[in-house]
Amino acid sequence: MPRINEKVSYWMLVAPALAIMVIFYIVPVLGIWKIAFTEPETGVANFVAMAGSNAVKTSFIITFRVAAITTIGCLILGYIVAYAISNFASKFTPLMVALVILPFWVSVLIRSFSWIVLLGRSGIVNDTLKGAGLIDAPLRLMHNETGVLIAMIHVMLPFAILPMLTNMRGISGAYVQAARSLGASEWTAFRQVYFPQTMPGVMSGALLVFVLSLGFFVTPALLGGGRVLMISEYITYQIQEFLNWGLGSALSVALLIATALVLLIAARFVNLRSALLERK
Amino acid sequence: MQRSAFQIFFQTGAWTVIAFLVLPLLVVLPISFTDTSYIGLPKEGLSLQHYVNYFTDPKWLGATWTSVWIGVVVATCATVLGTAFAIGCWFLSDRASSIARWVLITPILVPPVVQSLGFYRFWVVLGLIDTHVGVILAHTLLALPYVSISVFAALTNLDRNIPRAARSLGASVMQTVWAVVVPAAKPGIATGFIFAFIVSFDEIVGVLFITVRRVSTLPKMIWEGIQDNIDPTIAAVATVLVVITLVATAIGVMRKK
Repeated sequence: MPRINEKVSYWMLVAPALAIMVIFYIVPVLGIWKIAFTEPETGVANFVAMAGSNAVKTSFIITFRVAAITTIGCLILGYIVAYAISNFASKFTPLMVALVILPFWVSVLIRSFSWIVLLGRSGIVNDTLKGAGLIDAPLRLMHNETGVLIAMIHVMLPFAILPMLTNMRGISGAYVQAARSLGASEWTAFRQVYFPQTMPGVMSGALLVFVLSLGFFVTPALLGGGRVLMISEYITYQIQEFLNWGLGSALSVALLIATALVLLIAARFVNLRSALLERK
Repeated sequence: MQRSAFQIFFQTGAWTVIAFLVLPLLVVLPISFTDTSYIGLPKEGLSLQHYVNYFTDPKWLGATWTSVWIGVVVATCATVLGTAFAIGCWFLSDRASSIARWVLITPILVPPVVQSLGFYRFWVVLGLIDTHVGVILAHTLLALPYVSISVFAALTNLDRNIPRAARSLGASVMQTVWAVVVPAAKPGIATGFIFAFIVSFDEIVGVLFITVRRVSTLPKMIWEGIQDNIDPTIAAVATVLVVITLVATAIGVMRKK
C-alpha cells in the first residue's frame, strides 16, 4: 500500500477533534479580537480607552501581583512537600501523594466556599480566635487581597507540586551522597548539588501556576468580594454591568497577549513541551 | 536512626502543608449539620435539615441530575474524539501533528472568562444559548485537551514495532488501531474519561455566560447560592461531593496497593 494513503487515514483520526476545536473554539476566541477592534465602531478606540484608564491599570497591577505572590507561595510550600515525598521513603508516602492529588477532584467552587466559611467576618477562624480570647474584633481575612491569596495558593498548590514531584523522582541520590561523602554538610549538599537539579521542575510548576493565576476568575471573585478586581472579573463587570463589549473584548485581548508573552518568556527557561503538552 | 534538623524541617513542613491542603476541604462537614438557617457552626444541636432540603428540593436535584448526565455525555464525546486524535497524532508524529496537539490544548491556556466571551457571542449566532447542546459542546471543547494529553501519555510506552507488525501481517489501519493501539492506550483512555467528566461537572464560568434560566447545573446553583450567602444547603451539597471524592480516592489508593 502506498505510504501516502496511510497518512491520510491517520489524519482522518485527527481531523474530527481538530475541526471542532478550530471551528467552535479558535474561531470564537479570535472573534473577541474582532469585537475589540469593531465595537462600537471600527478602530483602536477601545485600546485607547483601556490605556488611559487608571482602573484598568490598577486591575492589571493587582492581577500580576496576585499571580506572582501565588506562584512564589506555591513554589515554597510545594517544594517542601515534593522534597519530602521523593526523598523520605516511608509507608506514608502513597498517602501523601493521594492527599496532594485529592483537592484536584474537589471543585474550585467548593474549595473557595470552604475558605469563605473559614475566613468570613463570623467565620470559623474569627470565631475560634474570639472564643479563645485572642482578639476582640474580628480580623479582616476576606474581601481583601489576603483572603484571595490564601485561597489562590490553596487552589494552585497541586499544580506546583506535581511537576516538581515528577522532576525530583528522576533525580539520582548518588550526587548528594557523593557530595556528603566528600564532606559537604546536609544543607550544603542540598543547596549546591540537589537544588540546581530540581530547577526544571520548579520552573514548570511556576509557569503553570502563574499562567493559570493570571486568568483566574472564580476564587478572586468570591474571596475578593468586589474589592480585589483582577482582570478576569473586571472584564465580566464591563460586559455584564455596562454591556461594554468593546472594552471587555479589548481587555480580553490584552490578557491573551499577556499570557502569550509569559509563555514566550518562559520558553527560554522551561521546556514547554514537557511542561504543558506531555504533562502527566 | 538519628534525624537531623534538616530532615525534621522538611518532614514536619510537608505534613503541615498537606494539612493546609486537605483540612479546609473538611470544614463544610460541621457546617452542613448546623441547626441554624445561616452558614455557621451548629449552635444547639446537630440537624439534618439541610440534607433534607437538598434531597427534596427539585431545583437542587434537577441541577445535580443535569450536571451528571451532561458530564457523562461530554466525557463520552471528548473521549471518543480525543482518543482518535491522540492515536492519529501518535502514528503521524511529525511537525504538523505536533502543531495539531498544541492547537488542541489551547483551552488550558486561554483564561476562562475570555473563552466564555467567545462562546457567548458564537453561541448567540448558532442559537445555542441556554440549551443543553450548547453546554455539552462548550464542555467537550474544554475537556478535549485532558483526554488528548492522557491518551498520548499512555501511548509513549507502546513499541512502534507492534502496530507495524500488525500492518505487515495484513491488518488494515483501522483494524490495527482498534485491535492493537486502543487496548494499549486503555489506561490513558480511562483517565481521560474521568478527567473529562470532572471538567464538565465542575465547570462554572462558561455556564454562567452561555446559560440563562432554562439550563441549571450544580456549579451554577452553588455559585448563585454563595452570592445570596445565606443557605447552608450549599454546605450539605459540598459535603456530599467531598465525601464521594474521599471515598473514590480511598478506593483508588487501596486498589494500587
